[in-house]
This record gives sequence, C-alpha cells and structure tokens, in this order.
Amino acid sequence: MIRPLLIARLFRRSVRIQRKRMTLTIMAVAWGTIAIVLLLSFGEGLKRSMDTGRKGLGSGILVLWPGQTEKAYAGFPQGRSLHFLPEDPRLLEKSIPEIEAISGEMIRWGTQLVVGRTVLNKKLTGVEPIFGDLRAHVPEPGGRFLNELDQRQKRRVIFLGTELKKDLFGEEPAEGKRVLVNGAPFTVVGVMREKRQMGMYGGPDEDHAAIPLSTFQALFGDPYLDDMVVKPRDPNRAEHVKRRINEVLGAKYRFDPEDSRAVRVWDTIENARTFLKVMFGIEIFLGIIGGLTLLIGGIGVANIMYAVVKQRTQAIGVQMALGAFRSDVMGPIVLEAVVITCVGGAVGIAAGWGIVQGLGFVQGHVESPAMEFIGRPTFSLPIAGVTVLILGMTGLLAGYFPSRRAASVQPAEALRHE
Amino acid sequence: MFARKNGNGGAAGTNGFLIELAGIRKVYRTGALDVEALRGIDLAVRGNEFIAVVGPSGSGKSTLMNILGCLDTPTEGSYLLRGEEVARFSPDRLAETRNRHVGFVFQNFNLLPQITAYENVEMPLLFRGTGARERRERVERLFEQVALLDRMKHRPTELSGGQMQRVAIARALACDPDIILADEPTGNLDSGSGRDIVHLFEELWTGGRTILLITHDESIAKRTRRIVQLQDGKVVSDEMT
Ligand SMILES: Nc1ncnc2c1ncn2[C@@H]1O[C@H](COP(=O)(O)OP(=O)(O)O)[C@@H](O)[C@H]1O
Ligand SMILES: [Mg+2]
Repeated sequence: MIRPLLIARLFRRSVRIQRKRMTLTIMAVAWGTIAIVLLLSFGEGLKRSMDTGRKGLGSGILVLWPGQTEKAYAGFPQGRSLHFLPEDPRLLEKSIPEIEAISGEMIRWGTQLVVGRTVLNKKLTGVEPIFGDLRAHVPEPGGRFLNELDQRQKRRVIFLGTELKKDLFGEEPAEGKRVLVNGAPFTVVGVMREKRQMGMYGGPDEDHAAIPLSTFQALFGDPYLDDMVVKPRDPNRAEHVKRRINEVLGAKYRFDPEDSRAVRVWDTIENARTFLKVMFGIEIFLGIIGGLTLLIGGIGVANIMYAVVKQRTQAIGVQMALGAFRSDVMGPIVLEAVVITCVGGAVGIAAGWGIVQGLGFVQGHVESPAMEFIGRPTFSLPIAGVTVLILGMTGLLAGYFPSRRAASVQPAEALRHE
Repeated sequence: MFARKNGNGGAAGTNGFLIELAGIRKVYRTGALDVEALRGIDLAVRGNEFIAVVGPSGSGKSTLMNILGCLDTPTEGSYLLRGEEVARFSPDRLAETRNRHVGFVFQNFNLLPQITAYENVEMPLLFRGTGARERRERVERLFEQVALLDRMKHRPTELSGGQMQRVAIARALACDPDIILADEPTGNLDSGSGRDIVHLFEELWTGGRTILLITHDESIAKRTRRIVQLQDGKVVSDEMT
C-alpha cells in the first residue's frame, strides 16, 4: 500500500531537517549537468558549423580538372597534358544519363573590377547557369543568379560574391548597378547570400564574381575550361559516374580509361561520407562521456542516499516500530533522490542554457575565426530532454536501492543501530 | 482518565488470551557463533494484566519484548496475538499490528531528535491515517495526560529524561494499543523520575490497560501483579504477587 500524501509529508519533514545537505547535493548534480549540457552543446554547435560549412561548396558534387596521362596509350606517350573543351560538359551530359547536372568553368585571376573610384583585382569565373545550384551560389533577395538567356545572348551581366560586393559597393544595394570588367561595362544581376564555406578551390566564393561562360569566352577568348562541376543523380552511384567520365573522355582524348591521372577528381561526396562518419563518431564519443558523467553523478547520489539511510537507520527503526509501512519508509527516500536529481538537473540545464546563450551573444559581437570555427554552441532541446529523463531514472534507482535496504531489515535490528 | 476507550482490556483470542506464546525460540546467528537468546518460552497474557519481566542481563528479556511487539520474528514456536498466528502476517500487516495493537516504551526513549515532542507523539497517528483534526485533539489530550502540555513544541533534546519518557509513553498510547511493552523504561532515569513513570504505568493499568514491564529493579517489579522471571532464555518462575 502506498500513501502519497503521507510520503510527501515525511519527505517535507526530512527536507526541513537536512536542508543544507540536500542543497549541496543538488548543487553537485547541477554542476555535473552544466558540464554535460555545455559538452553536448559544443558538440552540436561544431557539427552544425561544419555541416553548413561543408555545404557551402555545394552538396554531392564532383569537381574535375584536366591532368596528365600516367600511361602511354594508343601510340601517345605518357605525361601528355589534357584540356577540357567548352563543349565537353554537353558530351558528358549526353553520354552519361546518371549525371543530373554539369557546368564548365573558366577562371581568370586578377581581373580588374571597377566601380566609381574603387579598383580591385579579383578572381572572375565564367560559368553556366546551373553552376548557381551546383555550387550553392544563392542570391540575396532582390537578385538572381545567371540564367539561360544570359548564357545564350552572351549578356554582360555579373553575379558578385558577398564580400566582393561589400568591397565594391559597401552597404549600398548593388543589383542593377554597373561594374567595369577589364573596362567593359557589366550589370549586376545578383549578390550571393552570405554562406560559410569550408571546402574550396581557388579561394572562397564570397570573394569572386561570376559571369556567363559564353560572355567569358567572347571577352577573353580562352579556348579551354579550367574545370567542370558534376552532380550525379544518386550520390551512391558516384563511383560509376567517375568511371563513365573516364571512359567517355578517354575515348575522345585517347587515354586509358584506367588512367587515374588524366582527369583529376575531387569527390566531395566521399568527403561528405567521411565527414559524417567522423561527426557520428564525435557524437557517440560525446554521448558516452555525457552518459558516463550522468552515471557517475547517479552513483554519487546513490552513495549519498546510502549514507543518509545508514545514518537514519535508528530513526527508520522507530518509524517501523510505530507502524510505518515499507512504502512509508522507502517513499520519502526515493522521492528525495528523485527530487535531488531532477531539481539539480533542471538547475544545471537552465544554467547551461544561460551560459550557451551568453557565449552565443559574445560570439555574435566578436570577430574571431577560431570562435567561428568552433561554431555557436547550440542548446538542443531533445538532448536536454534525454538528460532530464536519464537523470530522473538515475534518481529513481539511486533512491530505490538504498531505501529498499533500509526497509528490509527487521525493526528490532534497526533500533539497535546507534 | 487513563481508561481505554473500548474498556475491555483488548480484544482477546478465542480462549480469552490477548497473547499466547508456545515454544518460542530465538537464535541469533552472528558469524560462526550462534546465540540462543530464547530457549522455548511459553507465556499467556490476558487483557488488563500488569506484568513485570525480570532476569539478569542477557537472559533474553529484550529479545522477548521484540518478538511480542512484532519487531522481530522468532526462530521457532507459535505466537498468537488476539488469537491470530503472527508468523502468517505480511510485512504490512505486521506494521499495522505494531501501529494499532502495541505501544512501545524504550529505555533510551527512541524519540526522533529533530522534530518536536508534538510531532513525535503524532507519528503513530500519521501512520494510522488519522485525520488532521482528530490527530490534533488526540495529541493534545495525550500531552494533558502525561502533564506536558507546556512542552509540546519542544525538541526532545530540550527535555529532561523523565519528560522524554513521558513523551514516549504518550506516543505509545497514541493509537490506543492493546498492550504496552516497556523495556527498562526507568533504566536511564534518576530515582525520582523513575517513580513518576512507574506511577504513570500504575494509573494506566487501573485505567484498564495491559502492561508488560521489563525491569531490573526489585521494588518496581513488586508493584506489578505478576512477575515472570527469565534465565538463560527460559521462564524460571511465573508468579502472581
Ligand atoms: N541482535 C543480536 N545479535 C546477536 N546476539 C544478540 C542480539 N540481541 C541479543 N543478543 C544476545 O541474546 C542474548 C539475550 O539478549 P537480550 O534479549 O538483549 O537480553 P536482556 O534484554 O535480558 O539483557 C544475549 O546473550 C545477547 O548477547
Ligand atoms: Mg535488554
């Protein structure tokens, strides 16, 4: 028989009697919980930071560069340099149905960009419209990326990276304005929305400008592509796509499809897979540390409860002599342990949340690449929920076993205990 | 004013006995050594008896009291309380029995030091489930009976030994028990306070209660109606005075 009101009454009495000890125990639990919350928040922040950073380059893409053959083939010597022609993307697209999208890219370093009296030498890239999707060039509201019409009509339009736009126009809106590219007037059609980018080739996207590939060719007369960006329909078929690319280009440029140097490939899909594995590993690691911390906390609370029960043995004997049920003895002890862990946990989570918010505020006001890379520690509600749940369970167990021991001795024996 | 509410000295078993012990043995197993504290006790107690249990130290008096009060279980033998075999009681039933049918008075008082005298006396009524109002009335009446109304809000540590034992007696009476078991209740008191306590027991007995008093003191034993003498865990004499 369990009598909740009586148990609550006895519990309140025991709180009154030993307020100080309970407060100290609660603080200890809170301290442990703060540590866990911070640990997991940093883990979550790091993950999110790396995740968005990783997506800054674009998700699920392969970047291809022309290389040099490592094998002699069909009468050609080894060490022959290859070149991609502007029509190669169309060839690959047509020959390999597993390719969802592909764009050629030509790059010019130190291209002169002029707005008013500002003169900058920056990287200029000529690309196809689909490049915007492939490489995460998302326009700010009010602008757009380069489109098919731009490409077909060789329009003199330009899309600016976030930082480059700031350097040229400051805080003023840039859309519709003029930029002189090597002296030729271009119209700004869009500005890239700010993004975090970890993977990059040829510098960060925020610092370059993009114009239609057709315009680029007309303007500079470059015959070759610097690279191609390819997105397979199914990330799991990336290996197949890579092999087919080697076959198709090998047939055209006469190199061995088994040649691994002729076309150099950056497989971001494989990188992403590795990244996710590492991240998963880190999460499991943090989870185990957090779990162990909770476990140690639970053992600590159980220890304290054992000590409390031992110290109260005689009082428990008196209560039993006066007619307390087993549940009247166990209930207040279990309740005490649960309250200690739950209140301690709640305090710890609240404090941890406060610290996380505080750190976020500081980070928002300090420019520091290290801070940015660590990522903003992110308080995750599910994690907090799980923590509370585990804490509650721990408290339950930490109270149950000592109290069961207390209630299982004969009253006569308990009474003899001084 | 010390009369039991129901007056008959406790509902007795079918043959008129409140308590019947037959062949009770108690063996304490302490490591390698077994101590046989009780070696076959037969004892019958009727309602409204006033009994002294005497005997040298270590003769098994406290062990007997623990068994009578359901604080411990015998190794062997039969214990009928109000005609029912206690060995068959569940833990909760035992708790209920201690609560309603037995009142304990200990040599060292066994009051809880961190709560007030009032709260100590109230304790059995809490375990009984008595309502708040009845509880208060009853506790105040009990303090009146033991003449400690002005000490109700004191902690036990702020009371004298005699006063603490009177609080303990009030607590023993709280649930109107069938029998009061007192284990050397005057053992820690000066002779004056001891006399007061014995006097209180006499009054309770004349009021219709059943009292079993363990004592060393010849003069106290002589004031009861029946003296049971233990030696080496056996009853060696059982006489009316
Ligand atoms: N819990 C116990 N464990 C072991 N031996 C005990 C225990 N309680 C009592 N004894 C032994 O049992 C015998 C009777 O003890 P007790 O009933 O306390 O005697 P009394 O109260 O007459 O002095 C003694 O020899 C004592 O040492
Ligand atoms: Mg004794």
